[in-house]
Amino acid sequence: MKRILLSLGFSLAIFFTLLVGCSEPRTTRAVYVLVDTSGTYSQQFEKVQAVMRYMLGTLLPGESLALARIDSESFSEKDIVARMNFDLRPSMANAQKRAFLESVDKFGSNITPSKYTDITGGILQAIEYLNETKATERYILIFSDLKEEIKQGQVRDFPINFNGTHAVAINVTKLQSDNVDPREYQQRVNDWAERVEEGNGYWKLINDLDRLEAIWD
Amino acid sequence: MTFEFWTRLIDGQPALSLLVWVCGLIVVMYVARQPVHQIVLSLVRSVRNALRLMAQSVMLAEKQLRNRNREVLLAQGQEHAERSIEREFQRVEAQVNRDLSGYPSLQRDLKEQITRIDEDYTQSGEVPPKPPEWLKAIEAVAEIPDNGSSVVGKILSDIHNTLKKSLQKSIQEYRRANRDRHVLLKKMMPYWRSLTNSLNTVEKKITGLEQRAAVIDSQMQSYDDIRQQTDFSERLLSSSSMTQFFISGLALCLALVGMYVNFQLVALPMGEMVGASSYLGSSSIRASDVAALFIISVEVILGLFLMESVGITRLFPIINLLDDHKRKAIFWIMLAFLFVFAGIEASLAYMRDMLAADSKALSQVLSGAEVVEPALSWIPSVAQMAMGFTLPFVLAFVAIPLEAFIYSFRTVSGLLGVWLLHIIAVLIRFLGNVIYGAGRIIINAYDLVIFIPLRFENSFKARAEIAKKIVEEPVKLNDEIQSSNDITSDIDDLKEK
Repeated sequence: MKRILLSLGFSLAIFFTLLVGCSEPRTTRAVYVLVDTSGTYSQQFEKVQAVMRYMLGTLLPGESLALARIDSESFSEKDIVARMNFDLRPSMANAQKRAFLESVDKFGSNITPSKYTDITGGILQAIEYLNETKATERYILIFSDLKEEIKQGQVRDFPINFNGTHAVAINVTKLQSDNVDPREYQQRVNDWAERVEEGNGYWKLINDLDRLEAIWD
Repeated sequence: MTFEFWTRLIDGQPALSLLVWVCGLIVVMYVARQPVHQIVLSLVRSVRNALRLMAQSVMLAEKQLRNRNREVLLAQGQEHAERSIEREFQRVEAQVNRDLSGYPSLQRDLKEQITRIDEDYTQSGEVPPKPPEWLKAIEAVAEIPDNGSSVVGKILSDIHNTLKKSLQKSIQEYRRANRDRHVLLKKMMPYWRSLTNSLNTVEKKITGLEQRAAVIDSQMQSYDDIRQQTDFSERLLSSSSMTQFFISGLALCLALVGMYVNFQLVALPMGEMVGASSYLGSSSIRASDVAALFIISVEVILGLFLMESVGITRLFPIINLLDDHKRKAIFWIMLAFLFVFAGIEASLAYMRDMLAADSKALSQVLSGAEVVEPALSWIPSVAQMAMGFTLPFVLAFVAIPLEAFIYSFRTVSGLLGVWLLHIIAVLIRFLGNVIYGAGRIIINAYDLVIFIPLRFENSFKARAEIAKKIVEEPVKLNDEIQSSNDITSDIDDLKEK
């Protein structure tokens, strides 16, 4: 009798240990949201909030999400507003999502427009963060007009290794000058697409916020 | 080799070239006719023989499988019959213990009742009143002649009065005695009723035992048939096995539905323990799903042991061989485990409800809607908890159809195997005959191609036969004449003698 009980208990323990030990996330996603806070784009934060809510509703336990601003010197840890690796337990993950949402709302109410727009620095910071997450699918969501304006002396004109990261430009607004010559807008988008693909990344442009599921395609 | 190759034999005459080739081919085929016939025939015969051998082997295997199935079926039937008879005897034993254990006291009661009735009956017997002893004396006095004396008349008158008084007293005494007897008889009534009830009870018990005995007789008859391995019993068992297979299969399907419901209750909260987004290796199997399945499997296994320990199923002989004390211990332990697992499932079901509500609230927050607590949300929570608690016990009973399915599956799969082997044997034989027929057709087709030289050959053979007959006929006639002459001379010799 004791032997039966012992073997039953032992097998249960072994099973759960093996299950917890051998199990691993199959495909995990990590998303880094870059928000342009320059004067021309800072009025678009409502759209950022909508996308962030979509992200929080879509990402699963075990996946990662980060929100960072693009300002004059974006290649910096201090520009990361919030980052979260969601717990494997659904209840904890839900609590983390609520906390993240609060951080986003708080950030939205305290945006200070920056003078310059260091998109490249933000992307480099994003790639660094995403590589650290060890996620199998990595996404950088860029809320910007894609017009980079850097301080004098900053070096940003070099190839970037995206390492299979998806760069998704969302809600790329048109500038006043784009209305004068629409080719400028097209040229900006094409330049960034070329830069991403040359750096072993994947480029996507989504201006319609009703089809955000296209991010994962 | 293109078509042109065959038409270039004679320049500018393709048709003629073809004709030459065809003629050459026919000649070659005619020359090679016998060997080709022999090759084709020997080939198809050998193939047919090989296939026949194969068919025989398959039929032998079919026969062996059929015999094996029969043995298994009869053995299972015998075991089942033994169990049924054993169970009937247990019932008889229980009935005897329950009903007839009180038989001595019942017998004592009956005896007492009969004794009382007997006593009352004896007491109630009518005793004719005896005439008074002094009646003879009175007669003697009454016969004294009075001789006209008034004294004698007075004496007689007094005697008459005394006699009348005595008579009235006797009548009153008699009536009183009769009343007493009636009272006694009235007192006997409840004893009679009680006696009748006691006897009715005994009759019922005896009738119940008789019915059990009839059932045992019937089962013993079946058991005897099985032991004698009659065809009837085999057909009966086979039919019973098929029925069992389908019924238990249906029950198992229903159990699988129950397991699925149970799985849905447990899988989501299991994510809290092993991680909701964890998978087994690189597969697409969620670790939480596997954990939930494991919990359900353990419950089913506990149910198996539970049923085994109480003797309802007999899947594990080692448990059946244990003594009653140990089996009882196993039963209580398994029941306790089942209670624990039922409690775990109930709490997991509650947690599932909480997680679902939490996820819903989060979705509402993310969509910007106001979070509203649904009315009567406690009802699904309680219902889920109740289901989580009861389903493990329900699943414990899966052992019964599982056992029936396993035993009947052996028989049904055996029958299917026999059927399949029979079909294979028939197909192999058919294939052998088809190949042989194809060989004959090839030979006939071959002869059809070379029918012209064959025709010539036949006509030559016919002529040669006729010529041979013409040569041989005179010789035969001479021989016949010679033999008739010999016979005639023999007859003459006999006549002379």
